[in-house]
Amino acid sequence: MLRITKPLLTATLVVIALLADFQVALSAVPDSAFRTDRINALITIALFSTVILLYTRWARQGKDLFVRKIPGLDAVEEAVGRATEMGKPVLFVPGLQEIDDIETIAAISILGRVAKITATYDTPLMVPVRYPMVLAAGQEVVEQAFIEVGKSDMYNKDIVRYVAGEQFAFTATVNGMMMRDRPAANIYMGAFFAESLLLAETGNAAGSIQIAGTARPEQLPFFIAACDYTLMGEELYAASAYLSHEPLMLGGLKGQDLMKVVIIVVIIMGMLLMTFGVGESFMNWFKAV
Amino acid sequence: MRSVLPIIVAFLSGFIMIASFFFNADRSFLGKLEEDLLTWVTIVGGFTLLLGVVSITRVNFNAVKQKKEDWFYKLLTLIAIYVMAVPAILPSSWSPLFGDEAGSIYDWLFTYVDTPMMGTMFAMLAFYIASAAYRAFRARNPEATLLLMTATLVMLWRIPMGEAFLREISIHLPDYINTFIMKGATMAVQRGIIIGAALGGASMSLRILLGIERTYMGKG
Repeated sequence: MLRITKPLLTATLVVIALLADFQVALSAVPDSAFRTDRINALITIALFSTVILLYTRWARQGKDLFVRKIPGLDAVEEAVGRATEMGKPVLFVPGLQEIDDIETIAAISILGRVAKITATYDTPLMVPVRYPMVLAAGQEVVEQAFIEVGKSDMYNKDIVRYVAGEQFAFTATVNGMMMRDRPAANIYMGAFFAESLLLAETGNAAGSIQIAGTARPEQLPFFIAACDYTLMGEELYAASAYLSHEPLMLGGLKGQDLMKVVIIVVIIMGMLLMTFGVGESFMNWFKAV
Repeated sequence: MRSVLPIIVAFLSGFIMIASFFFNADRSFLGKLEEDLLTWVTIVGGFTLLLGVVSITRVNFNAVKQKKEDWFYKLLTLIAIYVMAVPAILPSSWSPLFGDEAGSIYDWLFTYVDTPMMGTMFAMLAFYIASAAYRAFRARNPEATLLLMTATLVMLWRIPMGEAFLREISIHLPDYINTFIMKGATMAVQRGIIIGAALGGASMSLRILLGIERTYMGKG
């Protein structure tokens, strides 16, 4: 297994410095089909992919990968259990972005897991969506979840429903659902904007247990103030791997952690070099990434 | 085959989008292919709108038919959808009330009903912020007290009268708040979250492209 040793870090930084000069040289090449100014991004992607593939390979070989506990995800089952006991529905909002947004894809992955749990316990599930493409993906995932737990006859197409394309029309409808149906658990996962607090405060007033997850730092304080559990940033993307416990997917999480270490080292290095006034070419390397 | 084909499509689409980022759109085949793919996304998105209309009609129509609780509001929703959509689809050459030009039914409803209602919903956010702030800023322990004090300073700094008050205490106080709280502690934390989220998003994208992550299709 790869260990972050001092020689490895030194070698990484030397390679970065050399590549910085290489990039400057390439920028001088006349206009071509290939974007030479983006070579740094290409190398970063290649490095990131290699790290993730390496960890995935080790995971496949049966290496034990430790992943810290995420209370917000552990609470999902507890929230559905509460809803089952109270005989009330679970509300899942997969954000307000289109299906081409990675946060929405992460939300749809979590929806699959939530749908499996609700289907197992026969707990009603409500999934309002803002975009028709999310509707199609959501219906597919929920139907698959019902099939997998052997309850395909219980599946109803209207579990996932399109409510409105306008941001605040959507919010008004979902708030109405919360106040009328009083769901025992509200789960907000994905991309949220100004409506985050409108939704979370209404859910709080309705007395529901609330779990939120978003990668938008400007919405996180609202969710933290109004929800019982909040998944912050990367935790949202880790959710599908965490909930599935599949070693292959956990490998991706570990690879991501190593990249984080590399980024921290690069930030500290850049800070020191710039402080001593010798980090110009080092900084150039990151300008277009 | 039913699960392999979507993975192949996801891989090829993702690979084309990533690869085209490194090529000039007007000088390479990949760049043009990327533009074509994005056009197709718009076309498919347009067709799926019909799915949305079918879904909203079915849910509300069934509620009205079965006279469920609050069925009257669902009837209003149905009326609102079709009164807004049908005249907008009809050609304006038939009547000035059709289409989406100024003076049409659609334009009137959008300007005088839809926009004020959206504005009202957004304005209500102020009350929600007040109630959330009341709960979040209670000084229950030392950390919460620190949060309360910081939030009070920032809120004062954000309003002209508050800033004038802070300047009375010290002429440099507003600048200190800006430098140490907003551009210092707050920005550092935000950047940490953004870097983590960006890596998480990239890692998830890679898992999807390589077919490791299939939960978005309901598998696994």
